[in-house]
Parts: sequence; C-alpha cells; structure tokens
Amino acid sequence: MLATRVFRLVGNRTLSTSICLRGGHGVAKVEDYTLPAYFDRRESPLPDIKFVQQLSPEQKSLKEKEKGSWAALSKEEKIALYRISFKESFAEMDKGSGEWKSVVAGIFFFIGFTGLVVLWQRKYVYGDVPHTFDAEYKQKEVQRMLDMRINPVEGFSAKWDYENSVWKK
Amino acid sequence: MSLPKPAMRGLLAKRLRFHLPIAFGLSLIAAAAFKFGVTEPRKKAYADFYKHYDSMKEFSAMKEAGIFESVRPTGK
Repeated sequence: MLATRVFRLVGNRTLSTSICLRGGHGVAKVEDYTLPAYFDRRESPLPDIKFVQQLSPEQKSLKEKEKGSWAALSKEEKIALYRISFKESFAEMDKGSGEWKSVVAGIFFFIGFTGLVVLWQRKYVYGDVPHTFDAEYKQKEVQRMLDMRINPVEGFSAKWDYENSVWKK
Repeated sequence: MSLPKPAMRGLLAKRLRFHLPIAFGLSLIAAAAFKFGVTEPRKKAYADFYKHYDSMKEFSAMKEAGIFESVRPTGK
C-alpha cells in the first residue's frame, strides 16, 4: 500500500525499471542473460540446459517412452532424443566455416587501399629528398668508401678491383 | 555401436618418442649446414685475405686517397 503511494509520488519512471511487487518490496525482473544458456562447445560437452525447452506432444510422448527400457527405442527415436537435448553434434560444431576466405579478402583489400594512400602521400605530402641523394654526391660517397677500404674481406671493398679500378666480375 | 577403448595414457610420451628424434636430427642438420655453409667459408676468406696482406702498401694507398686527418697525401 505504502509502496504504491511512493511510486505515484516519484512518477512513472520507476515503473519502467521493471520492478514487480511481491510481499511489499520490489524484486527485479529475471533478465534473459542471467538464466543458464545453451551453447555448443567442445571443451564443455554437457551444457546447463537442454536445447529444446518447449516439447511438442510427440516429443513429450518420446520422453515418456525414454523412461522405459532403452533397448525398445528405435534408431530414429534415439536420434530424436539426442536432438532434443543438443543442437549440433561434435562433428557439426567442429566443422570449419568459409569465414577465412572473407578475412583474407579483407586483408588484401585493405593492403591495396593502403597502397593507394601511400601513392597519394608521395605525390602530395612529402617534400624533396636531401641533396645527399644526387647521383654526383652518391658517386663521391662510393669513391670515399672504397678509399677507406670498407669491409675489404667479404663485403663492399672486397668486390672492387683496385688494380684496374673496376668492379670485380 | 561398441567402439574400441581409446588410448587414455602415455599420449605425450608417444608424441615425444616420435618427434624428439626428428627435432634433434633437424637441429643437428641446421647447425652443420650453418657451420659448413657460413663459418668455414668465412674463416677461409679471412685467412686468404691476410695471407698476402701488405699493411704498409694499403696504408700508403689510403693516405694518397686523402681520407686521413692526421697524415695528408704527399705533396700537400
């Protein structure tokens, strides 16, 4: 009695939070996600609830028959009982999907798009390279490296023929 | 409907019995390949380079090229 008067004072907002009255105080409505759920997973083979919750009349009679001797059940009836309790068999749930093709396609697509972005950047964003990239400057650089005998055993200068001043064949 | 009972124990041991010799073999092959493909040729290259290496000749060639700061080429 007091509770309803409180609700009228506070307004309709409290009613929309779905409080149901029982015994003078509020009990929250049971949300779907709080109840045990069914899911097919290899690592937990027996889910909390059966797959089919509302049994049809034939299924109900089948359940009654299950209470007797199981040898009396035919193969189709056993399979029907399995399908009441479970959604997919292990073979069905482990079966791969074709999702990887979409994933790979998406990867290639976005790599290609990134390539276009990079091309645009090279044209419209980046400035000139430094003068140290000029061909003349590079030639002087190489000559100085050879003069200094950079990596003379197996590397850079090892490939230069100092007698004839040419690269070794 | 009666399947044979599957193996319940010794699964890791069985896998190791098969894979460990292969792993050891492949590692040894990799090590041998690196030794004879990389390190031995490299040791030989260095030995050959320094067998007839005249350091004074190389030094004067570098000096004439003008790369040193402490000693300039002759005629400067």
